[in-house]
Amino acid sequence: MVHTGFNIIIKALFLFRAFARQNPDLNPSSVVGFSPFLGALLATIHYCLVAPKFRRESNDSIDQIQEATMSEEESSSNSGSDESMSEDERREAPKNDFSSIWDLPDVPKGQLPPHLTRQKTRVFCKADAPTHTDNVQYSGAYASIGVDNSLQIDFFRKNFRVEVIKLDKDVMEFDMIGIDAAIANAFRRILISEVPTMAIEKVLIANNTSLVQDEVLAHRLGLIPISADPRLFEYLSANDTPNEKNTIVFKLHVHCKRGEPRRSVYSEELQWLPNGSGFAKESERSDAKSSTYTSFNCSQDSVPEFSNNPIRPTDDKIILAKLGPGQEIELEAHAVKGMGKAHAKWSPVGTAWYRMLPEVVLEENVVGEDAEELKRKCPVNVFDIEDMGNGKKRATVARPRACTLCRECIRGEKWEKRVSLLRVKDHFIFTIESTGQLPPEVLFTEAVKILEDKCQRVIDELS
Amino acid sequence: MEHGSIKDPSRATFSFVDEDHTLANSLRYSLNQDARVSYCGYSIPHPSDARVNIRVQTTGDPAREVLKDACQNLKLMCQHVRTSFDESVADFRNNEPSKMETSDSEN
Ligand code: SF4
Repeated sequence: MVHTGFNIIIKALFLFRAFARQNPDLNPSSVVGFSPFLGALLATIHYCLVAPKFRRESNDSIDQIQEATMSEEESSSNSGSDESMSEDERREAPKNDFSSIWDLPDVPKGQLPPHLTRQKTRVFCKADAPTHTDNVQYSGAYASIGVDNSLQIDFFRKNFRVEVIKLDKDVMEFDMIGIDAAIANAFRRILISEVPTMAIEKVLIANNTSLVQDEVLAHRLGLIPISADPRLFEYLSANDTPNEKNTIVFKLHVHCKRGEPRRSVYSEELQWLPNGSGFAKESERSDAKSSTYTSFNCSQDSVPEFSNNPIRPTDDKIILAKLGPGQEIELEAHAVKGMGKAHAKWSPVGTAWYRMLPEVVLEENVVGEDAEELKRKCPVNVFDIEDMGNGKKRATVARPRACTLCRECIRGEKWEKRVSLLRVKDHFIFTIESTGQLPPEVLFTEAVKILEDKCQRVIDELS
Repeated sequence: MEHGSIKDPSRATFSFVDEDHTLANSLRYSLNQDARVSYCGYSIPHPSDARVNIRVQTTGDPAREVLKDACQNLKLMCQHVRTSFDESVADFRNNEPSKMETSDSEN
């Protein structure tokens, strides 16, 4: 503060001198005599009233610039300090006869040395245990060697890749490259437990003389995947009445006549009731208008999505129960929207998983008999043999992706040195097995959207 | 969601209800990538409580703003993942028929 005040006083003095020169007829002594006081006064006024506001604004803008260039600055300032250090040492160099470590030819500036890059990007699968399994997330982790470890969104955009390997009705396999495990895992977790689907939640059993107990039957019904797009439905909360927007009703009425052989009840026998429940609710007042267990305002099959694509179980031949002669099941099943974290029946996937891309590296040439041995060792045929002419053979890594990490090829001391089993930390082979309600590619986009929504909710909450 | 900070805005704990590792771990990653963050971590105080606490300490900026930026960054990443995923799926679909044709003609 004092400093700025002084600056302003000096500036004011200069201004007055210039003013005096331009007006020579002004009495110089009076100007000179007055100006310090006047200048000081002006400066004080300026400093107290005008400057603070201006100062705050200018500081703000500087902060923003600093924020924007923080990472660059950090790395450059780091390398700067490193350089100054190395200069110091260089001055001493003649004495010690060795210069700074930073001057050695194999220290790359601004990027990690190869062994650190390898440790950062690969998991090393050793015979006893994997090493370097952690992800270095902290932006300043390598600050001391002048390397910025933060991920800029532009860099991410440039490097992120998705490659679809397999895509059919139920199963999808794709490679997700250039993303951290934290986020890949978030997608996987969301797929399993937070993408909503429709599943049978309530079963009204009118008659069940089969061997399967009511509760077991209800549980079996719950686990049947139902092919209805959950995005077209709402959640049914505790106080809601079931209506056409939140409930799907199925009816099951099967009977095994006397004298007939035993029969199975299949999921295809569940019959969709687009108009809602057909069971009349018993009411205390006998004069009350009879109502059912749902209150549909319109038929669900009037919805264009369902009119030519009726709601039904995704698979026809799921056995629900077996009936002996004379046994009967009559029930109504109400499906509602839910999430896998409440009950696995709402999970839209059989499972979703990923594995990191295996990388098999031969650290030295494996030739002749050893090459044959290596090829024989691997149960999934990762290695091939290359003919090098004049009868010489050399092992090559042909199908690293198939590696199951059984570690057979690194058994024995000599092999452990020759073969490195690595996993690429930012390359995920992602597999999604849909249960059939939604195709797997839609499930993944839904999962990503859910994570986006979570972020947006936090932003809204903090704003 | 609560905001548990005392006088100094550069350090705060945020408590999110109905969230778990899914969001917390991704946010931790996103926060760690921000050079303004000096410390961040999360904990789930009790497994049967649907709640997670995220601790953010910065080099001076308000923790709340830094957390907001981390969310924004994570969201942008998600959006990019979604667009590149959709593109790859579309590409795959476009190439698939041709692949099948070539294999048919070979046979
Ligand atoms: S770890 Fe097992 S599967 Fe992988 S290359 Fe070695 S022997 Fe083959």
